[in-house]
Amino acid sequence: MEKPEKNEITYDYGPEMCVSIPCNPSQYKNYILRNPVHVAVQNAPNMSENWVNSTRAEYTSSGINHVEGGWPKDINMNDPEATQRYRRKIEKDDAYIHAVMHLGHSMEHNILQNNAVDMYQIYYSELPSIPPVERSSCHTVNVYREPGARRPVRSLSWQADGGAKLAVAHADIEVLNTRSLQFSYIWDIDNANAPELTIKSPQPLLDLQYNPRDQHTLVGGMLNGQVGWWDVRKGGDPVALCPPHVAHRDLVRNVLFINSKTGAEFFSSSPDGVVKWWDTRNMNEPTDSMIIDIVKLPNDTQSIEKALGISALEYEPTIPTRFMVGTETGLVIGANRKGKTPLEKLPSKYEAHYGPVYALQRNPTFLKNFLTVGDWTARVWSEDCRESSILWTHSHKTKLTDGAWNPIRFSLLLVTQWDGCLSCWDLLRRRSAPIVTAQLCDEPLLRLRPHERGLLVACGSSKGTIYLAELSQNLGTADKNDKQLLTHILERENKRERILEARMRELRLKMRQDRDGGQAQVNETDPTTNDRDLEEASAEYQQRVNDLLAQRKNN
Amino acid sequence: MANEAEETVRKLSMHKGVAGVIVVNGEGIPIKTTLDNHVSVQYAGLLSALVDKAKAVVRDLDPTNDLTFLRIRSKKSEVLVAPDKEFILIVVQNPVD
Repeated sequence: MEKPEKNEITYDYGPEMCVSIPCNPSQYKNYILRNPVHVAVQNAPNMSENWVNSTRAEYTSSGINHVEGGWPKDINMNDPEATQRYRRKIEKDDAYIHAVMHLGHSMEHNILQNNAVDMYQIYYSELPSIPPVERSSCHTVNVYREPGARRPVRSLSWQADGGAKLAVAHADIEVLNTRSLQFSYIWDIDNANAPELTIKSPQPLLDLQYNPRDQHTLVGGMLNGQVGWWDVRKGGDPVALCPPHVAHRDLVRNVLFINSKTGAEFFSSSPDGVVKWWDTRNMNEPTDSMIIDIVKLPNDTQSIEKALGISALEYEPTIPTRFMVGTETGLVIGANRKGKTPLEKLPSKYEAHYGPVYALQRNPTFLKNFLTVGDWTARVWSEDCRESSILWTHSHKTKLTDGAWNPIRFSLLLVTQWDGCLSCWDLLRRRSAPIVTAQLCDEPLLRLRPHERGLLVACGSSKGTIYLAELSQNLGTADKNDKQLLTHILERENKRERILEARMRELRLKMRQDRDGGQAQVNETDPTTNDRDLEEASAEYQQRVNDLLAQRKNN
Repeated sequence: MANEAEETVRKLSMHKGVAGVIVVNGEGIPIKTTLDNHVSVQYAGLLSALVDKAKAVVRDLDPTNDLTFLRIRSKKSEVLVAPDKEFILIVVQNPVD
């Protein structure tokens, strides 16, 4: 037993009861046995592991500036006498003498050589300097192949703000009967091995466009007329799709973001002839729609039966209420969203091509001028000139499929061809032929989209392959004089077309007057009297004959 | 013999365009120089390190090979370096006008 503490505490009064709680039998009723009982019992020996990292030896590497030679220990290098003595001692050394004699010989040779040939002479300084030969080129820098399939590329879109991501929509309309889903992809241009993200759309996408204000969201238009939007941060599934009953009645060929405050609104167009505006925050119904039907009289209503199928869509954020559409019938129609009457809504019309307009884009610097690609030509138009384009390429032997302006070098237009060539037309250098034509592949190229910085161009082929082409420096940069030069060219061509237009109008007026005068003599019983084509043709013939007769008389 | 060595250095320094001749020993000490002390010390220190490096380069590329001569052409002058087993002969030559 323990010994009692030495200094015990003693109390001078006894214990005192503070409280006493006797047992209460009436509480027994409330007693509940716990069932089941959870009790943990540890039977195995307790083991634990612990480790400690010992302190590491720290290494540093540093350099020293060694300029004074390594003198022997017994010589004080600050003493000039001692160092002089040491030097003199070595000079007497045989090795030294031999080395100097031996080296002196070859050294003399080199000195004499230097003196014989003026080593710093500048040759041909008297010749005039030749301006450097400009080398324009375009070559493929990377190829991105669609994984697992060979479906035609339907659209390309670069990430905004010079991003390195490329959204590609693939759709093969030949294999629609199969149930398999047709995916589209987002590529990081640094990685050609696999796409960065697969865009899983319930129907094949025909257009997929990045939001110019947000690097993460995209809108897409699908083959069944629905539109939807995607957020790459949320993966490849659509965030929202519009319901089918408010969708387009035909496939959606184009979608484009518009310049709204929220940056969440976009519009879509379709061969059914309707343009619809949407808000990604509420995809239940379009916010607005417009039928592209050119009416003749101000009181006519636009009808969807007569609407023109849309094949190209153009929107310039700096002119927010206006846009342009290219139709399947070869027209380019300027439209105003804020118009009240049908005539105000579709104020201008240009007869651009004999077939569908495949591409339509305003020049990034000269907004009044726009490029169209269709039939076998690419044309540059001016908004002032309704009758004819102001510049155009010759008719190609192969179909032209897409075209775009270079965003930096605004005089350069890029055109993809059915034979797999990418041709670059520089309006400042040569207007009769492309400055560079690069054969990127053997299959048809369908889509192209230049990068914001101007040097890279992504081209999509009919076999689902994307070719990334790089333009030479002179094709992707603009000089300070270029803007002025291109202004001159565009103005000159515009003036020429306007003069021709005025002349044509004059001729037509004259022709009409001639016809009105001569109409009385026409036999009323002639069944062809009311045939306007015949009348026009005969009037033209008459005009030509009269002209020739007058010419002969004058001669 | 010692006079002959002296004579060789003198002859080299007499050549047209030669700004200076320096003989450096294996330890990087300028033994014989026609330039100022601090300039020759700088040349000696920097060039002996460069010669060692150049020698290592030549030998690494081909172990049977050896460095025989080194010319450093610069905007203002040319430095000619002739390495030996123990000594390095350096000549600084200015361009001929």
